Amino acid sequence: MSAKRTIFAATGFWLCLGGVVLAFLWHISVGAKAIPLGIVWQAITAPQDGVFDHVVVRDLRMPRAIFAISVGAALSVAGALMQGVTRNPLAEPGILGLMAGATFAVIIGIGWFGLAGTAYVPLFAAIGALIGAVLVWTIASAAPGGATPLTLILSGAAVGGFLYAIESAAILLNEDTFRNFRVWLSGSLARRDMATYLWALPWFIAGLIAALVIARQVTALAMGEETAAGLGVDTFRIKVIALGAVVVLTAAAVSVAGPLGFVGLVIPHVVRLFVGSDYRLIVPFSAIVGAGYVTLVDIAARVVLAPVEISTGIVTTMLGAPMFIWLVRAKL
Amino acid sequence: MTTNSPLTASGLSVGYSDATIVKNIDLEIAAGQITALVGPNGCGKSTLLKAFARILKPKTGHVTLQGKPITSYPTREVATRLAILPQGPVAPEGLTVTELVAQGRFPHQTLFRQWSPGDREVVERAMDMTDLTEFADRPVHSLSGGQRQRCWLAMVLAQDTPLLLLDEPTTFLDLKVQVDLMALLSRIVHEDGRTMVLVLHELNLAAAFADRIVMMREGEIVAEGTGAEVICPDQLRAVFDLRSDVIADPETGRPVCLPRTPDHVPMRALAAAAE
Repeated sequence: MSAKRTIFAATGFWLCLGGVVLAFLWHISVGAKAIPLGIVWQAITAPQDGVFDHVVVRDLRMPRAIFAISVGAALSVAGALMQGVTRNPLAEPGILGLMAGATFAVIIGIGWFGLAGTAYVPLFAAIGALIGAVLVWTIASAAPGGATPLTLILSGAAVGGFLYAIESAAILLNEDTFRNFRVWLSGSLARRDMATYLWALPWFIAGLIAALVIARQVTALAMGEETAAGLGVDTFRIKVIALGAVVVLTAAAVSVAGPLGFVGLVIPHVVRLFVGSDYRLIVPFSAIVGAGYVTLVDIAARVVLAPVEISTGIVTTMLGAPMFIWLVRAKL
Repeated sequence: MTTNSPLTASGLSVGYSDATIVKNIDLEIAAGQITALVGPNGCGKSTLLKAFARILKPKTGHVTLQGKPITSYPTREVATRLAILPQGPVAPEGLTVTELVAQGRFPHQTLFRQWSPGDREVVERAMDMTDLTEFADRPVHSLSGGQRQRCWLAMVLAQDTPLLLLDEPTTFLDLKVQVDLMALLSRIVHEDGRTMVLVLHELNLAAAFADRIVMMREGEIVAEGTGAEVICPDQLRAVFDLRSDVIADPETGRPVCLPRTPDHVPMRALAAAAE
């Protein structure tokens, strides 16, 4: 990286981070009762026990904003890693079956194993994500021509549809158990509890750190496996670490918010337009921009049809689908 | 066995699950020279090159790099001694020329020591040698085929290795660009004292620029030597099933292969028939 580019990147990073902080505060201030940004800021920096607005901010609204930021960062970084390592511009946890697998595993865990303890939710989600990824990959590899971007998408759609059908059946058969999960299943940050988030937090952190550590090697892998090997990258090891990071990030995000479609597809492509192809920049920028994006989307989900709230996942899908179609036309 | 060769194969067989592509090859690459691997499609020349760069694991036999088995080096250390440019590499969209060339410094860096003035110097020198300085900030995919190939070459040069392996570096390039590139490779080897192994499709380019030629067919080495030693009509018929005449370049004295179609009637025969 040239000095000029480094300064440019650093400036951009701080600007984006500032934007995320603003989105975060805005997210908290919006709601049934609007709370001015000044009071939001006060509630976070210098809370007073007796002030009602401060309690609303800290106990009710801030957790949701934190969920939005974490989930946005995790899904975007997962998408960026997948696109880089597989050189597939359409790779994303939602499209390639990881999200469907994670969601399915959580539903099964709750329905069959009576998974009451939230500690197991991320673990179940991770196992599901891994199985989903392997399943999609295996089916696509068996297709004539092998695992191409196109066969992977088709296989991902088939696996996703199949798992969704079973989930729907499971929910219909046992409506009492799943009452609270119908909203979660469409991807929502509403009424999620802090306990689940805290169990997912180590997974978020581990996944993000792993992604930052292998970013340099991912740039090399994005130039082709043989080129990367020639440069001294242990390609097998990096792919295993990347898969682990993607699984962990997807699992953490799904545990907290359910499936949020297309976030991992949209954000890395937008980031690339500005920072180029170096994953040492793409990974941190995807994290920041993704965090801001899901925060803003969640604001929209709450205010567009207020007082009715739409699921966040519905909004990310509505925004992401046109991007997906454009990518298919431009890159496939 | 003691040898000065920086890269050797002994009893090397390489292949995929059920097929053996390279069969029991012994080869010593000559230091400070350009060795060209030639042969018909599917003869195993690219496979041999990848085995030399430990991208493919041998089924039997082994490769030695600077006197030690290549498998005894850590992955990253191999890449400080030997650089390989695979066939038809594709740059990620948006990557600039400088960023691509800088990737060559990868094996010399660690997570905590990422970029030094020394790295910059090597990258600038590689770009200067390949005449890319004016394109430094341009995206790689906006350049022509020849310019792009020079970018990749600059990347492996920036790896700063004594050994360079290139897989068909001239494919898909215009004739003039091919010749310029080969002249550049020849300068790199003979002025910098590096050792180069090339897979080449174009026999006459190999004859004109390589110091040594290795001819392969069906996974085995058929002939090995200077161009003058190995390029002759009998050899070409044996290796390529090609009828040809071989003449000497009037300026360089190097062999030039003139392919003949099966129904070609030599002028001499025509002249004789006319008489």
